Amino acid sequence: MKILSLVPPQRILKNLKNRLIDGWMHFCLVLIILLPVIIGIWLCYKSHFIFEKSSFSNILFSPIWKPISGSFGLLAFIVSSLWVTFLSVLIAVPVCLLSAIHLTQYAKKWVLQIMQPVIDILAGIPSVIYGVWGVIAIIPFVQKFASFFGKSVSGYSILAGSIVLSIMILPFILNIFIEIFNTVPEELTEASLSLGASRWQTIKKVLLRKAYPGIISAVGLGVSRAFGETIAVLMVVGNVVKIPEGIFQPGYPLPALIANNYGEMLSIPLYDSALMLSALVLFGVVLIFNLISRFAIIRFEKGL
Amino acid sequence: MWPKKIKINFKKTEEVFFRVLTFLSTCLIILILLLLIYGIFHKGLPSLSWEMLTSTPKGGFYFGKEGGIVNAIIGSLYLSIGAVFLALIISLPVALFMNIHLKRRKKLLNTIRFFLDLLWGVPSIVYGAFGFSIMIAFGWKTSLLAGIITISMFIIPIMIRGMDEVLKTVPLGLFESTLSLGATNNNAAFGVIVKQCIPGIVTAILLSFGRAIGDAAAVLFTTGFTDRIPNSLFQPSASLPLSIFFQISSPIPEVKNRAYAAAVVLTLIILIISILSRYFTGKFKRNSIKF
Repeated sequence: MKILSLVPPQRILKNLKNRLIDGWMHFCLVLIILLPVIIGIWLCYKSHFIFEKSSFSNILFSPIWKPISGSFGLLAFIVSSLWVTFLSVLIAVPVCLLSAIHLTQYAKKWVLQIMQPVIDILAGIPSVIYGVWGVIAIIPFVQKFASFFGKSVSGYSILAGSIVLSIMILPFILNIFIEIFNTVPEELTEASLSLGASRWQTIKKVLLRKAYPGIISAVGLGVSRAFGETIAVLMVVGNVVKIPEGIFQPGYPLPALIANNYGEMLSIPLYDSALMLSALVLFGVVLIFNLISRFAIIRFEKGL
Repeated sequence: MWPKKIKINFKKTEEVFFRVLTFLSTCLIILILLLLIYGIFHKGLPSLSWEMLTSTPKGGFYFGKEGGIVNAIIGSLYLSIGAVFLALIISLPVALFMNIHLKRRKKLLNTIRFFLDLLWGVPSIVYGAFGFSIMIAFGWKTSLLAGIITISMFIIPIMIRGMDEVLKTVPLGLFESTLSLGATNNNAAFGVIVKQCIPGIVTAILLSFGRAIGDAAAVLFTTGFTDRIPNSLFQPSASLPLSIFFQISSPIPEVKNRAYAAAVVLTLIILIISILSRYFTGKFKRNSIKF
């Protein structure tokens, strides 16, 4: 009896292998879930030192950024970030909307097939390349554009940053728009056309109205993507610590602050705390925008 | 009769106007891509030579006039292949776990998917700043290993999402029939489902590789920059994005040319990856089971 109940060695190995793989799967899953939590907690811990010196509202709303004398007002950076993000979304969304309408409503099927690689390549190009192209092509363009209005600027400006940023978020928003327009049921558009409406009337009154919440969420996702983009904007925006007063003036968005000053983090007291606070603000803003937008998209798709 | 005529005219003009406008928007997007590629190649191709691709910058990367970018090319390859490997051994199990063990618990699965979508949008500079902060706290120096870990943190959500997209299209029936033949969960997972989804998985890996090699913000703090090829995991390393970033603002034209050449190399790598991923998707589809 005892011999019969002996487990053959292959079985032991197989069980062990299965147990190991299962254990590793569980471990990796837990790791993935813990990672952002750890990042959040660590950033909070590192930034709380700065609150011993000045209050929360003082840091967020003070325009004075002189780390050596201990004043860490982030207002100039936050305003710059808002300008660049807002302007880039303003440029990108109409173009994406019109193009998505063309691709899903007006154009033949093969046009969309050709556009897919184009969108994928645009999405895959690294931000440094966009930055280099921005320096080569956009900066002179902004200079010429500003001279139309009689201003002589260096070209390194909020406008340049916004243009580069809008091209970067373009494929992202376009993909979401195409997806949204494809989920609107065809019966609705067909019914509208059968009643005698023209194509554009159908689009305006049926498609867009139906897809409206999805469009808003896509814009929200575009904002979160634009807010966090670092390198490309850094290369064209001028990096001057001042609240920008017009689009032809240079700015200094929040991610650029972190990227430019990590070298001096250790030499000036509380500097690292201020930079970690900026990273935490970035992390939080992006997560919140993502959360709201994705939640709205899910609700929208359910409601269809 | 008069008011009716005006109304119809307005409708027609509006229709034509917007039809043209939307068409122009699509053309604008294609034009932008072409301008981008033309601009980069126009500046960089003249500087691209065999010497550029195989020698390191001499006399310091910021001021030296001689030499090329091989330190950046090899450094980037080390970083990206290492990061993709590390991310792969964590992402594939998670994606499989989600689609096999959790296939019945829809609510938990959707929560995890939502969570991963949130993580997907976090900018790489947050990971870079976090990594740098940890390195300071433990007293570690900038190194290849730190860069690999930071980049893989960044690409894990991308990879999981890509794999998940493919894995969730596998119908439950295939999995259940494999189990009914006596396979264990893992047998079924690796033996059947992965084989079925290889094109999608390879695409996810290639795309993650593309993002890893192009990312500058994550390596800026953690890997440093040097003009030598690293010999061990604990040395700082150059990378293509940083090579561009640091050298493009130099007043010396030879240094700038190195940056442009690196930009061309990086763009070419991304274009090749795009083409390869489309090719593999088409090729392996022949071997998968059709439903």
